[in-house]
Amino acid sequence: MTREFAIVWAHRDRLLEGLANTIWLCVLATILALVIAGPITVALMSANRPLRAVARGFVDAMRCVPFLLLAYIVYYGLPSLGIRFNNWSAGLCALVTYNAAYMAEILRGAWASLPREHVDAGHAFGFSGARLYWRIILPPVVMACVPVIGNQMIQIIKDSAFLTIIAVPELTHEASAIQSMYYVPFAAFVAAVALYWLLCRIVETLVAAVERRAEATR
Amino acid sequence: MASAAATRTSEPAAAAAERPVLEVQGVWKKFGEHDVLIDVSLSVRKGQTICILGPSGSGKSTLLRCLNWLERPDHGHIFLSGQRIGYRAGSELPMTPAELAPIRARIGMVFQHFNLWPHLTVMGNLIEAPIWVQSRPRGEVVAEAEVLLDKIGLREKADVYPARLSGGQKQRVAIARALAMRPAVLLFDEATSALDPELVGEVLAVMEDLAKAGMTMVVVTHEMSFAQDAADEIVFLDHGRVVEVASPEKFFREPDTERARQFLQRYGATTRRAFRDGA
Repeated sequence: MTREFAIVWAHRDRLLEGLANTIWLCVLATILALVIAGPITVALMSANRPLRAVARGFVDAMRCVPFLLLAYIVYYGLPSLGIRFNNWSAGLCALVTYNAAYMAEILRGAWASLPREHVDAGHAFGFSGARLYWRIILPPVVMACVPVIGNQMIQIIKDSAFLTIIAVPELTHEASAIQSMYYVPFAAFVAAVALYWLLCRIVETLVAAVERRAEATR
Repeated sequence: MASAAATRTSEPAAAAAERPVLEVQGVWKKFGEHDVLIDVSLSVRKGQTICILGPSGSGKSTLLRCLNWLERPDHGHIFLSGQRIGYRAGSELPMTPAELAPIRARIGMVFQHFNLWPHLTVMGNLIEAPIWVQSRPRGEVVAEAEVLLDKIGLREKADVYPARLSGGQKQRVAIARALAMRPAVLLFDEATSALDPELVGEVLAVMEDLAKAGMTMVVVTHEMSFAQDAADEIVFLDHGRVVEVASPEKFFREPDTERARQFLQRYGATTRRAFRDGA
């Protein structure tokens, strides 16, 4: 057993490279998913019925599709429609699309529970349209969502492990490569689990720090 | 009516000074089958403080919310300094929210539940709309906000979030926030009703100072003593109708209508005080 871990340790640079790829893939996916969730949330809250229906359809569809299938469709399915991604961009695209729907649903919930008076005050002081959204609605909504967005980021980190099946060189993929090369499955996968755990702890710590700041406004 | 609005804007300055800051003409509002406002008219001249009194459910708050189009009247017209609110000049086309915004920015509003923005500090609340809606330079807005905070005695709270303030402090900040817009008129929607009794006084004191300083104000309130001391005119509303318009002296001593008398009797202490002062 010690020998197995020694082999994994000898190839730690590969694991760390996988970890670095996972980190930046997930950070980018979280940011992009949030950015795309913004307009989807506006559509979900819109008075325009067709717009609302389209947004609702997208969100519900994403929530019913297993992530693994979505990754397969983006990487293996879309080329038959003439849309071709490399494995990196296919992985990122799948992560962003899938999680934008969840983020939109999170933001919509917080927006819907924003007191009517809060928005009334915005209208009364002359805010409207995009300015109302950016300055008055979005900041408290995001503040209220920080813990849930943190949770979703942890979900993104875990979902990113699926991307090994489309050969994205992330943490699980590298652990898998080490184990198949030297047949050390237990040590390689346990090492990867420890690194995922570490990553999630860091996210939780960051979220708690932001939460403490948000606490001053409650 | 729309063409009348168009000619009003080209009046000479002297006539403009006489013109009401706020004019309400025949406003009706229904919620479902229920008539909330019935043919309400009133006019507010520069520097006047109008108190709107009436029993709960008489339509006072709805009337106030119609004044800045937070509620849209079903019929009737509302003019701010001669400009018709809610409809484009010379037409019956409703204004878009973006077109309404600059008009609303000239009507300050103080809400019953303060409605401060919780994600902004006290200073942030004061400067948000002047910077983002009125596009005024930040330095000037901040300097003016500091003066306002001094006036309400909360300068040291500038960097505090509203959640850390008492109700009375929140409402004073809400008043300063409205003043920071340099409004033509200030609307108060039961500004002291949500406060603990011991905090009512500090807010009323700020409101009385404003009235004395010549601010144009429309005040919906249940504070009879404030209405007596600070109002230039009382508008008494019952079941959505303006039942009586009178000076506070007349209204509190010898109201014309039976309904106003009954209303005042329910606020016995205040009425007794009026009789005592008159004796």
